Amino acid sequence: MGEPAVSAQGLTKCFGAVCACQGIDLTVAPGEIVGLVGPDGAGKTTAFRMLCGILPPDHGTARVAGYDVVTQSEAVKARIGYLPQRFSLHRDLTIDENIQYVAELYTVPRDEWQSRREELLEMTYLAPFRRRLAGRLSGGMRQKLALVCALVHRPEVLFLDEPTTGVDPVSRRDFWKLLHDLPRQGVTMVISTPYMDEAARCNRLAFMYAGQVLATDTPDNLRRQLPGELMQVRCRPQREAREALKRCSAVRSVEVFGDRLHVLFHGTADPMLCERLLADAGVECLEQQPVEPSLEDVFMSLVSEHGLTATATGNGL
Amino acid sequence: MDLAVEVENLTKRFGDFVAVNEVSFSVAEGEVFGFLGPNGSGKSTTIRILCGLLSPSSGHARVAGLDVWRDAERIRQRIGYMPQFFSLYDDLTVAENIEFYAGLYQVPPALALARQSELAEVLELGPVLDRLARTLSTGWRQRLALATSILHRPPLLFLDEPTSGVDPLTRRLFWEVIGDLAHEGITVFVTTHVMDEAEHCTRLAMMHYGRLIAEGTPEEMRTEHVQTMVEVQAHPIWPVLQALEKAPEVVEVALFGDAVHAELRCDLNDAEARVERKLQTAGVAYERVVAVTPSMEDVFVSLARRWERPTAAGADR
Repeated sequence: MGEPAVSAQGLTKCFGAVCACQGIDLTVAPGEIVGLVGPDGAGKTTAFRMLCGILPPDHGTARVAGYDVVTQSEAVKARIGYLPQRFSLHRDLTIDENIQYVAELYTVPRDEWQSRREELLEMTYLAPFRRRLAGRLSGGMRQKLALVCALVHRPEVLFLDEPTTGVDPVSRRDFWKLLHDLPRQGVTMVISTPYMDEAARCNRLAFMYAGQVLATDTPDNLRRQLPGELMQVRCRPQREAREALKRCSAVRSVEVFGDRLHVLFHGTADPMLCERLLADAGVECLEQQPVEPSLEDVFMSLVSEHGLTATATGNGL
Repeated sequence: MDLAVEVENLTKRFGDFVAVNEVSFSVAEGEVFGFLGPNGSGKSTTIRILCGLLSPSSGHARVAGLDVWRDAERIRQRIGYMPQFFSLYDDLTVAENIEFYAGLYQVPPALALARQSELAEVLELGPVLDRLARTLSTGWRQRLALATSILHRPPLLFLDEPTSGVDPLTRRLFWEVIGDLAHEGITVFVTTHVMDEAEHCTRLAMMHYGRLIAEGTPEEMRTEHVQTMVEVQAHPIWPVLQALEKAPEVVEVALFGDAVHAELRCDLNDAEARVERKLQTAGVAYERVVAVTPSMEDVFVSLARRWERPTAAGADR
């Protein structure tokens, strides 16, 4: 395989005393979907802006679609699509006109963007609404239109910054079906998401925290990384159970998952111990079983290793 | 048990558009009531009526024992309301925002101070108390917004998409706080687009095109609405999605994490075998096909698709 679609080494950016990104390394192979997952202020948006050639890094280098993001930022911009968190469509233009507008900004030849537009409208099922003003579209449709606009110049790499935030589950599903088809069309994707079920769909993930990449791997390998075994416990009252389990030295952490608790042990899970601790605390145990760790378990475990308060002093972008 | 919210045939029209259509439901005191629905289904309009901010066109509603027609003013003193876009004072610090809202709600200064330090601890706002609200990221803004909506200890709390745009850590913290509030006897009325969050609620109702289309505990919602659901695991997953999308017996197929969930029009007994045959005929490789309990998202999407407006043909979203 040739050059990676994205390769970044030691990307660093500070705003005054606040370092939004501290030495980010990231490699994305052509056709991959790579997810950036992390809390607010982890540096995801800053990393995106540097990779898109919008924001020059203080230190470090990055090449995207074969070009240097600092010295060849115009060439980078021509070869990528960027869907920012708050995308701006022209509300007073129709779907058709919005696409034309963006295509012309990218100086795509007329006959090329016209056929591309048909193709994208068909793919997103937006064709019947093409003469509707963007300002009158539903949230899900606006987001599809933003995707179409980001794809009209056939970018090699697509950056999506939390594209499904605030979008209902039906639209979210439809949107992901569209995304999954893109690698076959030769598009590489870097996507940030706060949702672990979306993270699981990526080929590889980078868990970010406080400006650093804590771990990069496939979702499966990340799930295997969890130190210790996990028990799922359904009991009541839950709050007392949480406190009792947290006090035990064999227990690494206790997290709430809806009406269940996930109890992570330092080593082998011990259901007898669990039962005894709960009985001693006067908690009724309804059900307990060993479970495979979810990505959220792994993420929580990684973050608690690195301490929680740093998010507060992170950037406020 | 007393009712915190009681709604009967509630209707709201804006011109020809019926935003809320003959909706009836009730919420008991101490419940965490999840109000679900796609964008534009009438959730926020209903909440605005219940908070006394908008008069209904017809129907009845009682909130915290007061009538929305007659006592709108008094309702607002008895509830906490955190809208989707909460207005914070950008030029005030976090602490000053809390102080300001304490004044608005006429919380005595000494009590306000005690509440502030209590909330700062619960929502982990300590490190940002002196920062200007404008410098906060979404997650931190939402924490502050939640703090100001519960300062005056309302017996009933309305949260409209409190976790939209919020990172996984803050999301988790929010649901812990919601659980603790309910534990103290506060009724929580909450909307969300994130279906695993819906599992935290004691009861759910789902809106679609202004109508209430389903209601029940999370358990009831998961077991009563979708008959047959199978999960397929495969690497790559895309061909599975494509093969099943075209199958006539498949009602809905979607990515679920890194697997595929398919809802079928057939009996549970032969569902797995049918899907395996389908995939084999199509020459698609897979690892495992198992019947599963549908996730809350499966249920939501299935219900939403069933109630699709016929003229919209599925794309008008």
